[in-house]
Amino acid sequence: MEMILQTWPWYISGPLIALIMFLLIFMGKKFGMSSNLKTLCTMCGADRKASYFKFNWREQKWNLIVILGAAIGGFIAINFLTADPAVTINPETVSTLNELGFESSGKAYLPDEIYSLEALTNWKALSILIIGGFLIGFGARWAGGCTSGHAIFGLSNLQLPSLLAVTGFFIGGLIMIHLLFPLIF
Amino acid sequence: MRIVGYLLTGIFFGIVMFKSEAASWFRIYEMFRFDSFHMYGIMGSALVLGVIGFQLVKKKNLKDFNGKEIHIAPKPKEYKANIFGGIVFGLGWALAGACPGPIYTLIGAGYISVIIVFLAAMLGTFVYGILRDKLPH
Repeated sequence: MEMILQTWPWYISGPLIALIMFLLIFMGKKFGMSSNLKTLCTMCGADRKASYFKFNWREQKWNLIVILGAAIGGFIAINFLTADPAVTINPETVSTLNELGFESSGKAYLPDEIYSLEALTNWKALSILIIGGFLIGFGARWAGGCTSGHAIFGLSNLQLPSLLAVTGFFIGGLIMIHLLFPLIF
Repeated sequence: MRIVGYLLTGIFFGIVMFKSEAASWFRIYEMFRFDSFHMYGIMGSALVLGVIGFQLVKKKNLKDFNGKEIHIAPKPKEYKANIFGGIVFGLGWALAGACPGPIYTLIGAGYISVIIVFLAAMLGTFVYGILRDKLPH
């Protein structure tokens, strides 16, 4: 039990993700989370604005149930399976983040500087959430998938489009962390 | 019955995302600084097992739980979209520190502000849908 309450190491978590992917495959479905954003847009009436959203969203209901489960899983994990949600990252990363003004690094699951409720009154923190979220949705749908659909599912099937997309993910991520973060923070 | 299967799989996925800390902004930051093997280990081990698993499915011609042929549709070959869209996604992933699966896990875990990231991601998806014909694919 003690082990479950700690961070699950990569050699447990990674294989479990593969298992989840194969559970979905053997249920006759696929592994990909970002297509839910498209489905939700269609359900909100986006199909009246663009042909991209014209499809039978009912065929994707199963995936909405998966993300409902993912939310319930988060609730269970933090309330019953976690002793201390603080994420123990590399001490060097902690000091770099401290220099950037992230006092909560090493002490929380998400940085209070962006994600606490008080931060919502800070225009900069709020813009980070909005711009970050916008880029995630826009980019994932343009690329045709995200970390689950391309980096795990697509690459597992040796798909060239997925290799290109994942290369893009890392180019974008490295630009953000190494070139833009020093300007933003 | 099927719905229960999807729901349980989703719950399992959410727990793994949270407990592996793949849903943590700090882990994403640490990964892009190459300061830890953790995230690479998660994705790498899932990927290695995924490749082996799909080779087995193909070689042994395995059927799914309903006895149907397992058919994996190839990803559309939209190379420009893969690269450019990938870069845009990477910028957002590193900034907000969340990807489209863990977003729901974090909301479920009670991080209310993540709802803003989620709504902004829906807006981003909507704007992509509108601009799609004007973007390189």
